[in-house]
Amino acid sequence: MDFGPYLMLAMLEGAVMAAVLALTASGLSLVFGVMRVVNVAHGEFYMLGAVVAWFVAQHVGGGPAIGFVAALILAPLLVGGLAALADMTILKRIDYDPERTIVATIGLLYVIQQVALMTYGPNAQPVEPPFNQRIALPWLEWGDGGLAIYFPWGLSTTSYKLFVIIAAVAVILAVWLLMSRSKAGLIMRATQLDGEMATAFGIPVERVYAAVFGIGAGLAALAGVLIVPIQQAHYLMGGDALLLSFIVVIIGGLGSLPGTIVAAVLIGMSDGIISVFFSPTLAKIIATLLVALVLVFRPQGLFGARAR
Amino acid sequence: MLEIDGITAGYGPATVLRALSLRAAPGQITCLMGRNGAGKTTTMKAIMGLLPVTAGTITLDGAPLSGLPAHEVPRRGVGYIPQGRRLFGELTVAQNLTVGLMTRKSGPDTREEVLELFPRLRERLAQRADTLSGGEQQMLATARALCLRPRLLLLDEPTEGLQPSMIEAIRQVILRMRDSGAIVLLVEQRIDAVLAMADHVHVIENGRNLEDLDAAALAADPSRLRAHLGV
Ligand SMILES: Nc1ncnc2c1ncn2[C@@H]1O[C@H](COP(=O)(O)OP(=O)(O)OP(=O)(O)O)[C@@H](O)[C@H]1O
Ligand SMILES: [Mg+2]
Repeated sequence: MDFGPYLMLAMLEGAVMAAVLALTASGLSLVFGVMRVVNVAHGEFYMLGAVVAWFVAQHVGGGPAIGFVAALILAPLLVGGLAALADMTILKRIDYDPERTIVATIGLLYVIQQVALMTYGPNAQPVEPPFNQRIALPWLEWGDGGLAIYFPWGLSTTSYKLFVIIAAVAVILAVWLLMSRSKAGLIMRATQLDGEMATAFGIPVERVYAAVFGIGAGLAALAGVLIVPIQQAHYLMGGDALLLSFIVVIIGGLGSLPGTIVAAVLIGMSDGIISVFFSPTLAKIIATLLVALVLVFRPQGLFGARAR
Repeated sequence: MLEIDGITAGYGPATVLRALSLRAAPGQITCLMGRNGAGKTTTMKAIMGLLPVTAGTITLDGAPLSGLPAHEVPRRGVGYIPQGRRLFGELTVAQNLTVGLMTRKSGPDTREEVLELFPRLRERLAQRADTLSGGEQQMLATARALCLRPRLLLLDEPTEGLQPSMIEAIRQVILRMRDSGAIVLLVEQRIDAVLAMADHVHVIENGRNLEDLDAAALAADPSRLRAHLGV
């Protein structure tokens, strides 16, 4: 294969990665944006999404499509509910103190991981994609008769991967609409800007926090469900997801949804391309270096507002 | 009638209000005065349920406010115009008003009435609140509180840092609320303004009641008030 088609393939892989990363990181960013706390257990909610998807796929009959759709609905709801419960029982008790929240969510991380190990086990397990047609991709070439379209061998993707990209875009669009256009979004933003004044205007701040924590975890879980047909579910898969989400959220600017999306595309695409042409390790090294540079030269992130 | 009966409240371990009592009647303007740090803002926050009240009671028209979850207090008809305005800065004027309207599910007619009072806000509905001028911000803070059709209106130094014409506009709103039968509790430092409007004045010092004066007593001897405030 020539370089061009090869690059296109790498970019497609990168786009799938970026889509899943954007979903996961926007959950983390939402929680930080509204609640000003860092959720270290965020990656475990992503893992739970994948693991729950496997359980659901095992227990729902009627073919892979029905099992997958059931997982797509059930996993975010279950995981989001669990997170909201953790918020009400743990984070509320420590008054959302930033430092203590970090420690508490580290504890939560290990609890979730160990429970997953004890129930789901140490093996990576696949979930069958609901559909998986191979789609050959065309490429352009200068031939004898001018520009010609042909289908290089090996340049292909699957319908499922395209679906992941489209689904992520749709969900992120929905989150953006929720935040910017709906009453629920207005309530969340008022809470974020001044919790005390929000309370003074009848907003039940603690319930808003529980809901936001649940939605953030639900987004991670949704990303987990989307990725299992491609990557398999494993009880340790939350670690990388957390690291990459942090990288994305720091580069994009903590709490900025557009920044998170741009950074996810940047990191996801470069990760895809560098992994294909060089090595996955180099991709992680470069991403981490980028974080260091951002922290030095633009601590508020690409899109973050300066501290007020 | 707002009745505060011997409340103790503060921030964490620091007690600020000690056995404080005060009453404010409907259709009257009740002023709360005291030196800087006397506990005026703290009293407002205690009424709003934003601080734990460890002793005493607060009731509005006989129904207890103290002990309610803080977000329930405004739903009982308490509108709060805090010191320093405290707008939702990144939200637009319209969105700030919507937050006020949502508190008690007020309809579009309330929004119209409030915008009628502050036509300048109507011209700036899409503008971010933190880009308004100081006077416009105070209008918005007032409008936001009026959006919940308050039975009790709490105003914490609403004229701080405003020019005379703006002060007059705020005063007109206060008088209007009084005439409509609302309970108005006003924190105000300018003695002349207090003498001109107040039906009743509570002076506090170090979080305790120092003296209560009604309009007649004020008119008879305005120097008492000056003496308490050290001017
Ligand atoms: N968040 C807080 N934590 C601890 N102490 C506080 C806090 N806010 C206010 N205080 C203290 O409570 C006391 C009363 O403050 P408060 O703001 O009620 O005064 P005030 O009468 O409104 O004064 P001013 O006229 O300056 O607005 C002050 O001694 C102040 O230092
Ligand atoms: Mg004050």
